[in-house]
Amino acid sequence: MATVAAVIASTHHPFYYRASTATGADRPPFADEWVAKIEAFRETLTKARPDILVMVGSDHFHQLWLDNMPQFLVGKAPYFDANWYNEEREFGLPRMRLAGDEQLASHILRNGLDAGFDLAFSNELRIDHSITCPIITLRPDADLPIVPIYTNIFAPPLPRPGRFVELGRTIRQLVESWPIDKRVAIIGTGHLSLELGGPRQFGEHGPDPDFDRKAVDWIASGDLDGCLSEVTLDSLHQPGNATHGFMDFMLMMGAAGAGAKADHVDSLDLFHTMEAYFTWYPNGVPA
Amino acid sequence: MSKYLLDKFLYTVDRDPALVERYREDPAGTVAWWEQERANEILNCAVAEKSTWLSFTDDERKALREHDHVALFGLGAHPFLTLTLFIAMFERDHGPLEYQKTYGRVLQEHYSLPYPDIAT
Repeated sequence: MATVAAVIASTHHPFYYRASTATGADRPPFADEWVAKIEAFRETLTKARPDILVMVGSDHFHQLWLDNMPQFLVGKAPYFDANWYNEEREFGLPRMRLAGDEQLASHILRNGLDAGFDLAFSNELRIDHSITCPIITLRPDADLPIVPIYTNIFAPPLPRPGRFVELGRTIRQLVESWPIDKRVAIIGTGHLSLELGGPRQFGEHGPDPDFDRKAVDWIASGDLDGCLSEVTLDSLHQPGNATHGFMDFMLMMGAAGAGAKADHVDSLDLFHTMEAYFTWYPNGVPA
Repeated sequence: MSKYLLDKFLYTVDRDPALVERYREDPAGTVAWWEQERANEILNCAVAEKSTWLSFTDDERKALREHDHVALFGLGAHPFLTLTLFIAMFERDHGPLEYQKTYGRVLQEHYSLPYPDIAT
Protein backbone atom coordinates (compact mmCIF):
# COMPACT_ATOMS: atom_id res chain seq x y z
CA MET A 1 0.00 0.00 0.00
CA ALA A 2 1.09 3.56 -0.60
CA THR A 3 2.23 5.65 2.35
CA VAL A 4 1.39 9.32 2.85
CA ALA A 5 4.93 10.50 3.51
CA ALA A 6 3.94 14.11 4.16
CA VAL A 7 1.05 16.51 3.85
CA ILE A 8 2.17 20.02 2.98
CA ALA A 9 0.20 23.24 2.72
CA SER A 10 1.70 26.47 1.45
CA THR A 11 0.95 29.81 -0.03
CA HIS A 12 2.10 30.12 -3.66
CA HIS A 13 3.75 33.47 -4.10
CA PRO A 14 4.66 34.02 -7.75
CA PHE A 15 7.27 36.65 -6.76
CA TYR A 16 9.45 34.13 -4.89
CA TYR A 17 11.31 32.89 -7.95
CA ARG A 18 12.40 36.35 -9.02
CA ALA A 19 13.11 37.55 -5.46
CA SER A 20 15.20 34.50 -4.63
CA THR A 21 17.28 34.61 -7.82
CA ALA A 22 17.79 38.39 -7.96
CA THR A 23 21.22 39.77 -7.12
CA GLY A 24 22.73 43.14 -6.29
CA ALA A 25 20.44 46.15 -6.36
CA ASP A 26 17.60 44.05 -7.80
CA ARG A 27 17.47 41.80 -4.74
CA PRO A 28 14.63 42.86 -2.43
CA PRO A 29 15.53 43.42 1.25
CA PHE A 30 13.26 40.58 2.39
CA ALA A 31 14.76 38.01 0.00
CA ASP A 32 17.36 36.47 2.32
CA GLU A 33 14.90 35.82 5.14
CA TRP A 34 12.39 34.45 2.64
CA VAL A 35 14.95 32.08 1.11
CA ALA A 36 16.02 30.85 4.56
CA LYS A 37 12.43 30.03 5.47
CA ILE A 38 11.84 28.29 2.16
CA GLU A 39 15.00 26.21 2.52
CA ALA A 40 13.87 25.05 5.98
CA PHE A 41 10.44 24.27 4.51
CA ARG A 42 12.02 22.38 1.61
CA GLU A 43 13.94 20.20 4.06
CA THR A 44 10.62 18.99 5.51
CA LEU A 45 9.72 17.48 2.13
CA THR A 46 13.21 16.16 1.43
CA LYS A 47 13.20 14.35 4.78
CA ALA A 48 9.96 12.60 3.87
CA ARG A 49 11.68 10.89 0.88
CA PRO A 50 8.67 11.06 -1.43
CA ASP A 51 8.42 9.09 -4.69
CA ILE A 52 5.39 10.95 -6.06
CA LEU A 53 3.76 14.31 -5.41
CA VAL A 54 0.01 14.89 -5.48
CA MET A 55 -0.20 18.62 -6.18
CA VAL A 56 -3.37 20.56 -5.36
CA GLY A 57 -3.70 24.00 -6.88
CA SER A 58 -6.01 26.21 -8.91
CA ASP A 59 -5.76 27.28 -12.51
CA HIS A 60 -5.75 31.08 -12.79
CA PHE A 61 -7.78 31.34 -16.00
CA HIS A 62 -5.07 29.74 -18.07
CA GLN A 63 -6.42 26.52 -19.54
CA LEU A 64 -9.72 26.38 -17.68
CA TRP A 65 -12.20 28.95 -18.87
CA LEU A 66 -15.76 30.05 -18.25
CA ASP A 67 -17.18 28.18 -21.25
CA ASN A 68 -16.36 24.86 -19.60
CA MET A 69 -15.38 25.24 -15.96
CA PRO A 70 -14.80 22.20 -13.78
CA GLN A 71 -15.01 22.48 -9.98
CA PHE A 72 -12.42 19.75 -9.32
CA LEU A 73 -10.16 18.31 -12.00
CA VAL A 74 -7.44 15.65 -11.99
CA GLY A 75 -4.63 15.74 -14.55
CA LYS A 76 -3.86 12.32 -16.00
CA ALA A 77 -1.03 12.53 -18.51
CA PRO A 78 2.55 11.30 -18.88
CA TYR A 79 3.83 14.88 -18.83
CA PHE A 80 2.68 18.32 -17.85
CA ASP A 81 4.17 21.37 -19.43
CA ALA A 82 4.07 24.28 -17.08
CA ASN A 83 3.86 28.03 -16.73
CA TRP A 84 2.26 30.41 -19.18
CA TYR A 85 3.24 33.45 -21.18
CA ASN A 86 1.55 35.87 -18.77
CA GLU A 87 3.41 34.26 -15.85
CA GLU A 88 6.73 34.68 -17.64
CA ARG A 89 5.73 38.24 -18.45
CA GLU A 90 4.62 39.30 -14.98
CA PHE A 91 6.65 37.08 -12.65
CA GLY A 92 9.61 35.90 -14.71
CA LEU A 93 8.66 32.26 -14.12
CA PRO A 94 10.56 29.71 -16.21
CA ARG A 95 8.92 27.21 -18.54
CA MET A 96 9.01 23.74 -16.99
CA ARG A 97 8.01 20.17 -17.75
CA LEU A 98 7.01 17.68 -15.08
CA ALA A 99 6.40 13.98 -15.40
CA GLY A 100 2.97 12.66 -14.47
CA ASP A 101 2.00 9.46 -12.66
CA GLU A 102 -0.90 8.13 -14.68
CA GLN A 103 -1.42 5.08 -12.51
CA LEU A 104 -2.07 7.11 -9.36
CA ALA A 105 -4.15 9.61 -11.35
CA SER A 106 -6.34 6.74 -12.63
CA HIS A 107 -6.74 5.39 -9.12
CA ILE A 108 -7.76 8.81 -7.79
CA LEU A 109 -10.21 9.35 -10.65
CA ARG A 110 -11.90 5.96 -10.49
CA ASN A 111 -12.14 5.80 -6.73
CA GLY A 112 -12.84 9.51 -6.30
CA LEU A 113 -15.85 9.12 -8.60
CA ASP A 114 -16.99 6.14 -6.58
CA ALA A 115 -16.52 8.13 -3.36
CA GLY A 116 -18.98 10.80 -4.49
CA PHE A 117 -16.75 13.39 -6.19
CA ASP A 118 -17.63 13.88 -9.84
CA LEU A 119 -14.05 14.69 -10.77
CA ALA A 120 -13.32 16.14 -14.19
CA PHE A 121 -10.11 15.04 -15.88
CA SER A 122 -7.61 16.33 -18.37
CA ASN A 123 -5.24 14.31 -20.55
CA GLU A 124 -3.37 17.41 -21.72
CA LEU A 125 -2.96 19.96 -18.98
CA ARG A 126 -0.53 22.84 -18.89
CA ILE A 127 -0.15 23.70 -15.24
CA ASP A 128 0.37 27.12 -13.76
CA HIS A 129 2.10 28.80 -10.83
CA SER A 130 -0.29 27.41 -8.23
CA ILE A 131 1.57 24.13 -8.77
CA THR A 132 4.94 25.28 -10.10
CA CYS A 133 5.56 27.70 -7.20
CA PRO A 134 5.62 24.84 -4.68
CA ILE A 135 7.77 22.81 -7.08
CA ILE A 136 10.21 25.74 -7.20
CA THR A 137 10.19 26.18 -3.41
CA LEU A 138 9.96 22.55 -2.27
CA ARG A 139 11.46 20.44 -5.06
CA PRO A 140 13.41 22.75 -7.37
CA ASP A 141 14.96 19.83 -9.26
CA ALA A 142 11.41 18.95 -10.37
CA ASP A 143 12.52 15.31 -10.50
CA LEU A 144 9.39 13.57 -9.18
CA PRO A 145 6.23 12.58 -11.04
CA ILE A 146 3.11 14.48 -10.05
CA VAL A 147 -0.65 14.13 -10.08
CA PRO A 148 -2.09 17.63 -10.37
CA ILE A 149 -5.52 18.29 -8.89
CA TYR A 150 -7.16 21.62 -9.67
CA THR A 151 -9.90 23.21 -7.60
CA ASN A 152 -12.11 26.13 -8.55
CA ILE A 153 -11.52 28.93 -6.06
CA PHE A 154 -11.77 31.56 -8.72
CA ALA A 155 -14.92 31.53 -10.84
CA PRO A 156 -18.20 31.56 -8.90
CA PRO A 157 -20.32 29.60 -8.20
CA LEU A 158 -17.72 27.79 -6.08
CA PRO A 159 -18.08 24.64 -4.00
CA ARG A 160 -18.53 25.44 -0.31
CA PRO A 161 -15.62 25.23 2.19
CA GLY A 162 -16.87 21.97 3.68
CA ARG A 163 -16.63 20.36 0.27
CA PHE A 164 -12.95 21.29 0.02
CA VAL A 165 -12.31 19.74 3.45
CA GLU A 166 -14.14 16.61 2.38
CA LEU A 167 -12.15 16.37 -0.84
CA GLY A 168 -8.92 16.67 1.16
CA ARG A 169 -9.99 13.80 3.42
CA THR A 170 -10.93 11.78 0.36
CA ILE A 171 -7.62 12.42 -1.42
CA ARG A 172 -5.78 11.19 1.69
CA GLN A 173 -7.92 8.02 1.79
CA LEU A 174 -7.45 7.46 -1.94
CA VAL A 175 -3.67 7.70 -1.66
CA GLU A 176 -3.69 5.35 1.32
CA SER A 177 -5.80 2.82 -0.57
CA TRP A 178 -3.51 2.78 -3.62
CA PRO A 179 -2.10 -0.74 -3.68
CA ILE A 180 1.39 0.31 -4.77
CA ASP A 181 4.31 0.54 -2.41
CA LYS A 182 5.25 4.18 -2.93
CA ARG A 183 5.75 7.17 -0.69
CA VAL A 184 3.37 9.95 -1.70
CA ALA A 185 3.47 13.55 -0.50
CA ILE A 186 0.23 15.51 -0.79
CA ILE A 187 1.04 19.17 -1.37
CA GLY A 188 -1.51 21.93 -1.79
CA THR A 189 -1.29 25.68 -2.13
CA GLY A 190 -3.70 28.49 -1.51
CA HIS A 191 -3.85 31.94 0.02
CA LEU A 192 -4.37 33.62 3.33
CA SER A 193 -6.11 37.00 3.03
CA LEU A 194 -5.51 38.37 -0.43
CA GLU A 195 -6.87 41.13 -2.63
CA LEU A 196 -6.24 41.13 -6.38
CA GLY A 197 -7.56 43.84 -8.64
CA GLY A 198 -9.49 45.51 -5.81
CA PRO A 199 -9.19 48.58 -3.55
CA ARG A 200 -7.14 46.79 -0.87
CA GLN A 201 -4.44 45.29 -3.07
CA PHE A 202 -0.68 45.69 -2.63
CA GLY A 203 -0.79 47.14 0.88
CA GLU A 204 1.96 47.03 3.49
CA HIS A 205 0.61 43.68 4.71
CA GLY A 206 -2.06 41.29 3.57
CA PRO A 207 -5.48 42.97 3.52
CA ASP A 208 -6.58 41.34 6.81
CA PRO A 209 -3.76 40.51 9.26
CA ASP A 210 -6.31 39.41 11.91
CA PHE A 211 -7.72 36.81 9.53
CA ASP A 212 -4.19 35.69 8.70
CA ARG A 213 -3.29 35.14 12.36
CA LYS A 214 -6.48 33.21 12.94
CA ALA A 215 -5.99 31.17 9.77
CA VAL A 216 -2.42 30.19 10.70
CA ASP A 217 -3.69 29.03 14.12
CA TRP A 218 -6.51 26.99 12.60
CA ILE A 219 -4.14 25.27 10.19
CA ALA A 220 -1.27 24.75 12.65
CA SER A 221 -3.56 23.17 15.25
CA GLY A 222 -5.79 21.30 12.78
CA ASP A 223 -8.79 23.15 14.17
CA LEU A 224 -11.24 22.22 11.44
CA ASP A 225 -14.29 22.79 13.62
CA GLY A 226 -13.21 26.32 14.51
CA CYS A 227 -12.32 27.06 10.91
CA LEU A 228 -15.54 25.65 9.47
CA SER A 229 -17.64 27.49 12.08
CA GLU A 230 -16.33 30.86 10.85
CA VAL A 231 -15.50 30.41 7.19
CA THR A 232 -18.23 30.49 4.56
CA LEU A 233 -18.31 31.49 0.90
CA ASP A 234 -19.77 34.83 2.02
CA SER A 235 -17.36 35.43 4.90
CA LEU A 236 -14.34 34.98 2.64
CA HIS A 237 -15.14 38.22 0.80
CA GLN A 238 -14.34 40.19 3.97
CA PRO A 239 -10.60 39.42 4.30
CA GLY A 240 -9.94 40.15 0.60
CA ASN A 241 -11.50 39.48 -2.78
CA ALA A 242 -9.13 36.61 -3.62
CA THR A 243 -9.31 34.97 -0.19
CA HIS A 244 -11.43 32.10 -1.50
CA GLY A 245 -8.04 30.55 -2.23
CA PHE A 246 -7.98 29.84 1.51
CA MET A 247 -10.29 26.92 0.74
CA ASP A 248 -7.29 25.06 -0.69
CA PHE A 249 -5.70 25.37 2.76
CA MET A 250 -8.92 23.93 4.18
CA LEU A 251 -8.63 21.07 1.71
CA MET A 252 -5.15 20.39 3.05
CA MET A 253 -6.45 20.50 6.62
CA GLY A 254 -8.87 17.80 5.53
CA ALA A 255 -5.95 15.81 4.12
CA ALA A 256 -3.94 16.26 7.33
CA GLY A 257 -6.92 15.24 9.47
CA ALA A 258 -9.03 16.96 12.13
CA GLY A 259 -6.98 17.85 15.18
CA ALA A 260 -3.67 17.09 13.46
CA LYS A 261 -1.05 19.52 14.69
CA ALA A 262 1.40 20.52 11.99
CA ASP A 263 4.97 19.34 12.55
CA HIS A 264 6.39 22.41 10.82
CA VAL A 265 4.78 25.84 10.94
CA ASP A 266 6.27 29.04 9.58
CA SER A 267 5.05 32.31 8.16
CA LEU A 268 6.44 35.51 6.72
CA ASP A 269 4.68 38.83 6.75
CA LEU A 270 5.30 40.35 3.32
CA PHE A 271 3.78 43.35 1.62
CA HIS A 272 0.51 42.46 -0.18
CA THR A 273 0.06 39.06 1.49
CA MET A 274 1.33 36.81 4.26
CA GLU A 275 3.26 33.69 3.40
CA ALA A 276 2.55 30.52 5.41
CA TYR A 277 4.09 27.06 5.37
CA PHE A 278 2.90 23.86 7.07
CA THR A 279 4.06 20.24 7.04
CA TRP A 280 2.45 17.23 8.69
CA TYR A 281 3.93 13.75 8.92
CA PRO A 282 0.90 11.44 9.30
CA ASN A 283 3.14 8.43 9.89
CA GLY A 284 5.60 10.05 12.25
CA VAL A 285 8.43 12.53 11.81
CA PRO A 286 11.11 10.97 9.59
CA ALA A 287 14.49 10.38 11.18
CA MET B 1 -25.21 42.75 -18.82
CA SER B 2 -22.55 40.49 -20.31
CA LYS B 3 -19.93 40.01 -17.63
CA TYR B 4 -18.96 36.82 -19.38
CA LEU B 5 -18.11 38.70 -22.56
CA LEU B 6 -16.12 41.34 -20.67
CA ASP B 7 -14.13 38.54 -19.07
CA LYS B 8 -13.72 36.85 -22.44
CA PHE B 9 -12.27 40.02 -23.91
CA LEU B 10 -9.81 40.47 -21.03
CA TYR B 11 -8.86 36.79 -21.12
CA THR B 12 -8.29 36.47 -24.84
CA VAL B 13 -6.36 39.73 -25.11
CA ASP B 14 -4.18 38.96 -22.07
CA ARG B 15 -2.97 35.64 -23.45
CA ASP B 16 -1.86 37.07 -26.81
CA PRO B 17 1.26 39.29 -26.73
CA ALA B 18 0.37 41.05 -29.99
CA LEU B 19 -3.16 41.80 -28.81
CA VAL B 20 -1.87 43.18 -25.51
CA GLU B 21 0.17 45.73 -27.46
CA ARG B 22 -2.65 46.45 -29.88
CA TYR B 23 -5.12 47.09 -27.05
CA ARG B 24 -2.61 49.34 -25.27
CA GLU B 25 -2.01 51.45 -28.38
CA ASP B 26 -5.48 51.48 -29.92
CA PRO B 27 -8.15 50.58 -27.37
CA ALA B 28 -11.18 51.82 -29.36
CA GLY B 29 -10.10 50.11 -32.58
CA THR B 30 -9.20 46.89 -30.79
CA VAL B 31 -12.51 46.70 -28.95
CA ALA B 32 -14.49 47.33 -32.16
CA TRP B 33 -12.50 44.71 -34.09
CA TRP B 34 -12.69 42.18 -31.29
CA GLU B 35 -16.45 42.55 -30.82
CA GLN B 36 -16.95 42.13 -34.56
CA GLU B 37 -14.52 39.30 -35.20
CA ARG B 38 -13.82 37.47 -31.96
CA ALA B 39 -16.61 37.94 -29.45
CA ASN B 40 -18.61 35.00 -30.78
CA GLU B 41 -15.78 32.53 -31.34
CA ILE B 42 -16.08 29.59 -28.95
CA LEU B 43 -12.51 29.13 -27.84
CA ASN B 44 -12.23 25.39 -28.23
CA CYS B 45 -14.34 25.07 -31.39
CA ALA B 46 -13.86 25.59 -35.11
CA VAL B 47 -14.59 29.17 -36.18
CA ALA B 48 -17.48 28.00 -38.37
CA GLU B 49 -19.24 26.78 -35.23
CA LYS B 50 -19.23 30.17 -33.57
CA SER B 51 -21.97 31.64 -31.39
CA THR B 52 -24.48 34.15 -32.73
CA TRP B 53 -25.62 36.23 -29.77
CA LEU B 54 -22.75 37.84 -27.84
CA SER B 55 -22.25 41.61 -27.75
CA PHE B 56 -21.24 44.29 -25.25
CA THR B 57 -23.61 46.76 -23.63
CA ASP B 58 -22.78 50.42 -24.23
CA ASP B 59 -21.31 50.75 -20.72
CA GLU B 60 -19.12 47.72 -21.17
CA ARG B 61 -17.86 48.86 -24.56
CA LYS B 62 -17.10 52.31 -23.14
CA ALA B 63 -15.21 50.92 -20.13
CA LEU B 64 -13.04 48.79 -22.40
CA ARG B 65 -12.49 51.58 -24.96
CA GLU B 66 -11.36 53.92 -22.18
CA HIS B 67 -9.09 51.45 -20.35
CA ASP B 68 -11.23 52.27 -17.33
CA HIS B 69 -10.38 49.69 -14.69
CA VAL B 70 -12.67 51.37 -12.14
CA ALA B 71 -15.67 51.05 -14.45
CA LEU B 72 -14.74 47.45 -15.25
CA PHE B 73 -14.64 46.68 -11.54
CA GLY B 74 -18.07 48.23 -11.16
CA LEU B 75 -19.46 46.18 -14.03
CA GLY B 76 -18.34 42.96 -12.34
CA ALA B 77 -15.47 42.06 -14.66
CA HIS B 78 -13.25 39.50 -12.96
CA PRO B 79 -10.71 41.61 -11.05
CA PHE B 80 -7.88 39.14 -11.60
CA LEU B 81 -8.29 39.33 -15.37
CA THR B 82 -8.45 43.12 -15.41
CA LEU B 83 -5.45 43.47 -13.12
CA THR B 84 -3.29 41.00 -15.03
CA LEU B 85 -3.94 42.60 -18.40
CA PHE B 86 -3.60 46.16 -17.13
CA ILE B 87 -0.29 45.36 -15.43
CA ALA B 88 0.90 43.96 -18.77
CA MET B 89 -0.08 47.17 -20.53
CA PHE B 90 0.85 49.87 -18.04
CA GLU B 91 3.31 48.67 -15.39
CA ARG B 92 6.15 49.50 -17.78
CA ASP B 93 5.35 53.21 -17.53
CA HIS B 94 5.85 53.28 -13.75
CA GLY B 95 8.35 52.47 -11.00
CA PRO B 96 8.29 49.12 -9.18
CA LEU B 97 4.76 48.38 -7.83
CA GLU B 98 3.80 52.01 -8.34
CA TYR B 99 1.15 51.11 -10.91
CA GLN B 100 -0.38 48.34 -8.78
CA LYS B 101 -0.63 50.63 -5.75
CA THR B 102 -2.19 53.48 -7.69
CA TYR B 103 -4.62 51.06 -9.33
CA GLY B 104 -5.87 50.07 -5.85
CA ARG B 105 -5.92 53.62 -4.53
CA VAL B 106 -8.12 54.83 -7.37
CA LEU B 107 -10.55 51.98 -6.68
CA GLN B 108 -10.68 52.98 -3.00
CA GLU B 109 -12.23 56.28 -4.01
CA HIS B 110 -15.18 54.45 -5.56
CA TYR B 111 -15.68 51.08 -3.90
CA SER B 112 -15.83 49.46 -0.49
CA LEU B 113 -17.37 46.16 0.63
CA PRO B 114 -19.50 44.58 -0.62
CA TYR B 115 -17.87 44.69 -4.04
CA PRO B 116 -19.83 44.25 -7.27
CA ASP B 117 -20.74 40.64 -7.96
CA ILE B 118 -18.37 38.87 -10.36
CA ALA B 119 -20.45 35.72 -10.87
CA THR B 120 -21.08 35.06 -14.55
